[in-house]
Amino acid sequence: MNTLLFDLPSLVAGSIMVAMTFYALLGGADFGSGVWDLLASGPRARQQRELIAHAIGPIWEANHVWLIAAIVILFTGFPLAFAEISTALFIPLMLMLVGIVARGSAFVFRAYGSQTDSVRQVYGTVFAIASVVTPIFLGIIVGSISSGRIVVVDGAVRTDFFDAWLGAFPFAMGALTLCLFALLAAVYLAIEADSAHDEALREDFRRRALIAAIVTGGVAWISLFFIRQDAPVLYAGFVERPWTLATVGLSMVLGVGTIAALLKRRFYVARLTVVLQVICVMWTWAFAQYPYLVLPNLTIQQAAGPEITLQIAVVALVAGGLILFPSLFLLYRVFKGRKVFALIDAPAGNQTGARGA
Amino acid sequence: MTDALAARLLMGLSLAFHIVFAAAGIAMPLFMVIAEWRYRRTGETVWLSLAKAWSKGAAVLFAVGAVGGTVLSFELGLLWPGFMQFSGSIIGVPFSLEGFAFFTEAIFLGIYLYGWERVSPRLHLGAGVIVAVSGAVSGLLVLMVNGWQHAPAGFEVANGQAVNINPFAAMFNPAWPHIALHMSIAAYQTIAAAMMGIHGIMLLRDRSNLFHRKAFAFALTATLITGVLQPLAGDFSAKQVAQLQPAKLAAMEGQFKTEQGAPLRIGGIPNPNTQETPLAIEIPGLLSWLAFGDTGATVIGLEAFPRADWPPVLLVHLAFQIMVGSAFVMLGVAGLGAVLAWRRRRLPDSRWYLWLAALAAPFGLLALETGWVVTELGRQPWIIQDIMRTLDAVTPMTNLGVPLVSFALIYVALAVITVWVLTYQVLHSPRIAPGHAPAA
Ligand code: HDD
Ligand code: HEM
Ligand code: HEM
Repeated sequence: MNTLLFDLPSLVAGSIMVAMTFYALLGGADFGSGVWDLLASGPRARQQRELIAHAIGPIWEANHVWLIAAIVILFTGFPLAFAEISTALFIPLMLMLVGIVARGSAFVFRAYGSQTDSVRQVYGTVFAIASVVTPIFLGIIVGSISSGRIVVVDGAVRTDFFDAWLGAFPFAMGALTLCLFALLAAVYLAIEADSAHDEALREDFRRRALIAAIVTGGVAWISLFFIRQDAPVLYAGFVERPWTLATVGLSMVLGVGTIAALLKRRFYVARLTVVLQVICVMWTWAFAQYPYLVLPNLTIQQAAGPEITLQIAVVALVAGGLILFPSLFLLYRVFKGRKVFALIDAPAGNQTGARGA
Repeated sequence: MTDALAARLLMGLSLAFHIVFAAAGIAMPLFMVIAEWRYRRTGETVWLSLAKAWSKGAAVLFAVGAVGGTVLSFELGLLWPGFMQFSGSIIGVPFSLEGFAFFTEAIFLGIYLYGWERVSPRLHLGAGVIVAVSGAVSGLLVLMVNGWQHAPAGFEVANGQAVNINPFAAMFNPAWPHIALHMSIAAYQTIAAAMMGIHGIMLLRDRSNLFHRKAFAFALTATLITGVLQPLAGDFSAKQVAQLQPAKLAAMEGQFKTEQGAPLRIGGIPNPNTQETPLAIEIPGLLSWLAFGDTGATVIGLEAFPRADWPPVLLVHLAFQIMVGSAFVMLGVAGLGAVLAWRRRRLPDSRWYLWLAALAAPFGLLALETGWVVTELGRQPWIIQDIMRTLDAVTPMTNLGVPLVSFALIYVALAVITVWVLTYQVLHSPRIAPGHAPAA
């Protein structure tokens, strides 16, 4: 029970984690780009913003659907958990929704609306601020689910609507989410600028990625400190499974790797390490929390819907995935070029942009 | 205002907002794909201009629809946790499938919008077709959920829990066919009528612009086709409602007494206290005939139901009248246009007719919204017909007035800006001279 995941409910719960991982890696980076839009500065501020708009324009809607996928799988497979989470975290969820609405609509209005600079600037500001606020609330929500404050008694949640999320750990998670998204975005954008052969812009984002990597590391350390105090059940989950400590260590090594790769201008390597780092953090967390869906006392098994629904859901997920992944592949190939899935940088000389330092 | 009322208003408001964009998400891709296809077949660049112009509009509408839809998927749990806890595993499957439909729609829309110069013509057109199909499929899937609320199927209730769940029976519930048919046509009709009005107004400013002439002719044809089909689909809906939700039918028609050979009431103000519907034009036997195909059939009146189970009769009846009236306005205007076009063998572009077309344009939206008011208010007080009451599903959260007002303001702002952005696009649409030769 404690280690293996091959029962049906765990499989479905795992697929929610998969969707959330893709959401973080793809949608999260779109939010992170918005952060850099807000922080655009220096002589090339305008070009930075244009690169961002160009980079996320064709793909952000598809990237956003990962969140919807996670939600619908959650309420199909685990209706009880969905009801409890939405009740206890009503306020941060609502605030996150406001951010989602503001970000998406401001982005298209800027792209397709009137072209006067002052109006575009207003849309741009809304887009950028919403891109900062939304990941913070997303992190708060995830942090709350893990911090053991959503107490379910007799199939109903007990809450005053604040206690579940007003705490140091959820807020630390909000900050960490924001930093990780900004880090992802900076690395992706450096590659984007590189493919556009714009070295100055690439250096802008390289510098930003380095700063983000260091800040992320700091915030991660601080939140580790809060876990013990503020999320004791999760902490126990870590301690009970010694190998999770190893993966936490691995994510730190990867963080250092990202910094090293950025220093050496190995952008594809940096992207690889940062992606692995996010995956490592998210899945270590999921395993530490297993078998609980909502801490402290709602397990995956308890929250699971009937077997038949889970079976159909799994079949639907597999069948849908067969359509989805080739389509996504096509989308990124069309807009991100031939090297979109490159894992490491091609040897220098063979390549226009990223030469060694 | 009670919190439950605020929750209902917020849900209704969000859906009323979303449905406009959803209709566009269903219809616009089809229209732009048809335009692009005609360009590829005939080489007439005006069709290419139309496809590009419409796809720009679709980009905006789609994005606002996507964020609004995201709000809805969360609101189901935020506002109605009791409902989702009970029914998530019964009707979650179509929602999950819808997730994939959204994915395909968003992916290929990205390729369509940003890929004019990047992919081959064949792939581009194919991407458009996929967007159009997945848009329609998204609608069909979510309506499975909605249909299930009206005619729940595929489960049994034991101790307040759903058991013996059969998700397929829930998906293909008895209300789904009529709702899916009628709503899908409504999406195309609403957008067609709106386009007819927009391009009509632009023709009033410049009658020789080939761009707007083609678009107007296209929209007029689409309004006519859907305008003929929709009353037939609506009649099918009414027959189904008569079987599945007799209280709703009674409210729609202001029918208080159970009656043989019930009359069809046009207009009228139903009064639940006197249990009469004064000021209506009554056509004897017609309601019985419309609902059951027999002028003598018995129509169940509201008196057959406990007073606590009555839907809000006045609103449902008025909304129904407005929807049906709007249908005939659109059909009349489009039909007249067809007659004019046939007799004059040219586009009906006299000023008075263009004005008429412009005035008819909003009736699609009006029918769309009032139709949903009929359907959803007519189901009250049930969130799941005869299974769960709306009041038993609502969140324990208090102060719901705050999110209600906030989202109302957000929706107003989004609506205003969307209209503004679209107006900007329309005003900057291309001018194509009449003699413009088709590309070689
Ligand atoms: C362009 C929009 C439009 C037009 C012209 C019409 N309708 Fe409609 N109607 C809708 C748009 C709509 C809708 C908004 O799409 C609804 C809400 C739910 C549904 O299935 O369709 C609806 C619901 C709806 C229902 C309730 C279905 C239910 O509760 O399950 C009935 C009985 C009708 N309609 C009947 C008609 C008739 C007899 C019409 C014409 C003579 C008509 N409608 C024109
Ligand atoms: C998009 C078109 C739709 C519109 C305009 C619409 C409109 C409304 C309105 C006006 C209400 C408030 C009714 C009241 O409480 O008095 C409502 C309630 C509700 N609708 Fe719909 N609806 C639509 C589609 C749907 C769909 C597709 C679903 C389900 C998947 C749905 C689920 C609900 C729920 C759960 C409620 C709240 C409970 C209730 O009031 O019964 N609606 N809707
Ligand atoms: C409770 C009811 C509903 C929920 C939860 C819901 C949910 C959603 C979501 C999450 C999206 C965004 C997808 C994306 O990101 O691409 C969306 C879009 C869409 N919805 Fe809804 N929806 C509801 C009602 C409806 C209804 C009644 C229809 C039409 C019959 C509809 C048709 C569509 C379509 C065609 C789209 C894609 C086009 C667009 O984004 O404008 N939805 N919906």
